[in-house]
Amino acid sequence: MTDNSQDWPLYEIFIRARSGLDHKHVGSLHATDARMAIEHARDLYTRRQEGVSIWAVRSSDIVASDPADADTLFEPARDKVYRHPTFYDIPDEVKTL
Amino acid sequence: MRRDSGVDLYTQGLDSLGKDCLRDEAEESGTFEQRFQTRVDAEEKIEPKDWMPEAYRRTLIRQISQHAHSEIVGMLPEGNWITRAPSLLRKTILIAKVQDEGGHGAYLYSATETLGVSRDELIGQLLEGKAKYSSIFNYPTPTWADVGAIGWLVDGAAIMNQVPLCRCSYGPYARAMVRICKEESFHQRQGYEIMMRLSRGTTAQKDMAQQALNRWWWPSLMMFGPSDAESKHSAQSMRWKIKRFSNDELRQKFVDYTVPQAEFLGLTIPDPDLRRDEAAQHYRFGTIDWNEFEQVLKGHGPCNRERLEARRRAHDEGRWVRDAAIAHAAKQAARKNSRAA
Ligand SMILES: [Fe+2]
Ligand SMILES: [Fe+2]
Repeated sequence: MTDNSQDWPLYEIFIRARSGLDHKHVGSLHATDARMAIEHARDLYTRRQEGVSIWAVRSSDIVASDPADADTLFEPARDKVYRHPTFYDIPDEVKTL
Repeated sequence: MRRDSGVDLYTQGLDSLGKDCLRDEAEESGTFEQRFQTRVDAEEKIEPKDWMPEAYRRTLIRQISQHAHSEIVGMLPEGNWITRAPSLLRKTILIAKVQDEGGHGAYLYSATETLGVSRDELIGQLLEGKAKYSSIFNYPTPTWADVGAIGWLVDGAAIMNQVPLCRCSYGPYARAMVRICKEESFHQRQGYEIMMRLSRGTTAQKDMAQQALNRWWWPSLMMFGPSDAESKHSAQSMRWKIKRFSNDELRQKFVDYTVPQAEFLGLTIPDPDLRRDEAAQHYRFGTIDWNEFEQVLKGHGPCNRERLEARRRAHDEGRWVRDAAIAHAAKQAARKNSRAA
């Protein structure tokens, strides 16, 4: 296309629904700079009071794990059942434990 | 006539999945393919960086982008009435509705981009007339009642189709659909309310509502895409859990929901063959004019040309704004750099 909008970087948008909650990823949008990203995010993702705070992060700045590494990264935790409270057998008469 | 219609409604014109896709798919490793299908069968979501068959990726790009284009072009028939809405309240409601549709387009372009295609490429395809969008938006809106009929019938049909898409196997598409579905109910209800006001109004107003129903009824039924017998690739889309119900199932459900709503308004569905089948608990309806559907899809509908011209004009007239934004960002970045140096 004969347009230069391909230069508009992609931003990932995170919204805090209300204070006390984490920012949650809601989607992405294109903007020329951070300020525009915030303004567009407001129009796009908070038209019905869905948020009280917005984070915009350049998509290219996000480092992600590779799904192919999921086994090596997450598998080792699977046999460590002793990390969970239910692993331990405590008689019923012992209360508040 | 066999036509690819693995997808429906906003993407009813889908004609991908040629022989080349199927061949590519066969060339891909069978084990990956099997593992992929096992995950889909287990209702696991597929995410952007996961392995997926090339044909699955291409089907999704085509389907989601056609859906996005439909949202964007869909702003035009209603946008036509923003300046002439009968009251300030109706005007603000209509602006909010049309803004939502623009938002839906944006969510869906984002979802498409996760599959490795750029938004500019997609928008370019739309502006060049190479991309398909829903046939419904190529019909005119000559009266205010058409705005009511669109909300009631067109958004109503969209909801019918979009709710199952919230469970689509591709994560970003499913999440975009959840967001969209949350916003659609308002669209349908404001449209029905317009129809209610008009049908309880003067004879002229009631007549206007009836005329609008006459105009939008059949095109709304066509929104669900060709009949199942003609839908060659439905089976594959179902297997991939992109599609959950067939075109005819969804169309029937829409008719069953909508006929009583028309009766409540005191309006007549423009179908002499429409009758209640008590045994089956369904409304049986007449034959759809598939020739009209084909013509509109091919670009020969009442407003195809006008819609594309309006999109192109908007794109061209907005160019200076985009240029200015880029120039501003470049200037700010340069200033920041020189300060840092
Ligand atoms: Fe929409
Ligand atoms: Fe809508």
